[in-house]
Amino acid sequence: MSFKGKDVVSIRDFSRKEIEHILSVAETMVPAAKGQETNELMKGKILATLFYEPSTRTNLSFKAAMLRLGGSTLGFTDAKGTSATKGETLADTIRMAEAYSDIVVLRHPQEGSARLAAQFSKQPVINAGDGAGQHPTQTLLDLFTIKDELGSIEGKNIALVGDLRYGRTAHSLAHALAMFDTNLTFVSPKTLKMPGEVIKHLEDEGAEPVISDDLESVIPDSDIIYVTRIQKERFPDPAEYIKVAGSYRLDLDMIKDAKQTMRIMHPLPRVNEIPPEVDATVHSAYFRQAFNGVPVRMALLALVSGVV
Amino acid sequence: MKITPISNGTAIDHIPGGMALKVCRILDIPETGSHSSISIAMYVSSKKMGFKDLVKIEDRELKRKEVDKIALIAPNATIIIIKDTEVTKKMQVSLPKKVMEIVKCSNPNCITNKKEPIVSEFSVENGSEIRLKCIYCERYVEDIMESIVW
Repeated sequence: MSFKGKDVVSIRDFSRKEIEHILSVAETMVPAAKGQETNELMKGKILATLFYEPSTRTNLSFKAAMLRLGGSTLGFTDAKGTSATKGETLADTIRMAEAYSDIVVLRHPQEGSARLAAQFSKQPVINAGDGAGQHPTQTLLDLFTIKDELGSIEGKNIALVGDLRYGRTAHSLAHALAMFDTNLTFVSPKTLKMPGEVIKHLEDEGAEPVISDDLESVIPDSDIIYVTRIQKERFPDPAEYIKVAGSYRLDLDMIKDAKQTMRIMHPLPRVNEIPPEVDATVHSAYFRQAFNGVPVRMALLALVSGVV
Repeated sequence: MKITPISNGTAIDHIPGGMALKVCRILDIPETGSHSSISIAMYVSSKKMGFKDLVKIEDRELKRKEVDKIALIAPNATIIIIKDTEVTKKMQVSLPKKVMEIVKCSNPNCITNKKEPIVSEFSVENGSEIRLKCIYCERYVEDIMESIVW
């Protein structure tokens, strides 16, 4: 299976087989990602990281991934100071970046920007988040984490919790999980429900997602609780936000009836939805999940370069 | 049904009832400065459709893009080309698999709505209703009629 020259724009561009291949390559990258082995697969290659929006984990883990593969990086972490402020089009910036590098990673506030970049770049483009659109490498690292924590993905009971209406992570992940025949439950306040359009797509793909607004009742059967942040700005009434956010807080009392093997994931940053005392339990997987961004992105860089 | 026949031009038949004025809007009718006759019939009884609309335009041939736009709102419409009072061609519009340039993405934050050197492109899904999905932002167009570019 060759990925050489392939763009990574949307998780929808990948079949289950292709995703499984990426995950298996990522597994081989773990020792190098941890610094236990040296790896020079990308020696002499340059990664351009164009971040028009701030990002902590995604930016750092792409850079770490390239450095762990023996390559180099260049780029910016803020649109200020770039030609974008002078009115340069993204298309022109991409043409410049592809001339200076071997792979282009893009985070941009506009939806569809990565697809545009892929059209203008001869080098592979990896989408590191386009506005409220796609964030495929997050989805891949989420899948990698589930497989790593539970041994497999297929048939698992997975609850997506929190802001399912606006959260791009939840939409892409739900689509990918449907490909793996998982049992999906969507838990959210009524105002932040998974959009009907996303549910319809999942049903078309054969999934039968369960919709709930009661987190506590979902926990005992779940293998994975995937928590996303409920953003204060989604609520015109601050009192309503406090009430809603409180009922989706995954504290020790809430998880007392969970299976021992249940794992909690979160794309981070978290605010109040998982209190720090949960970190020490067997259930917390979110920091390992954040680390998994490195081997997964190493796999993608190596695959699209054609070195593995 | 009494509609003045046209000698040369185009008739658009089998438009869903009530949609004729929208078809006219797509075709930019009435055209400024043109005095060609235009006949519009609405809610005409039809065996096949129950009710249908019909538009006849004198001295006008439709361009490919115009036919594609009509197909998006009247997928069963028939285009009839008339020359010297004779019907020379009759064809049903066909829904294209993708449409380019003729529709604007309804997502204001889509990159196609910024100053970039690209044209809009949508994949056409024809299920119980016609849906257009932007190939850039992957969102569906909310109101096709309102998103058609004039």
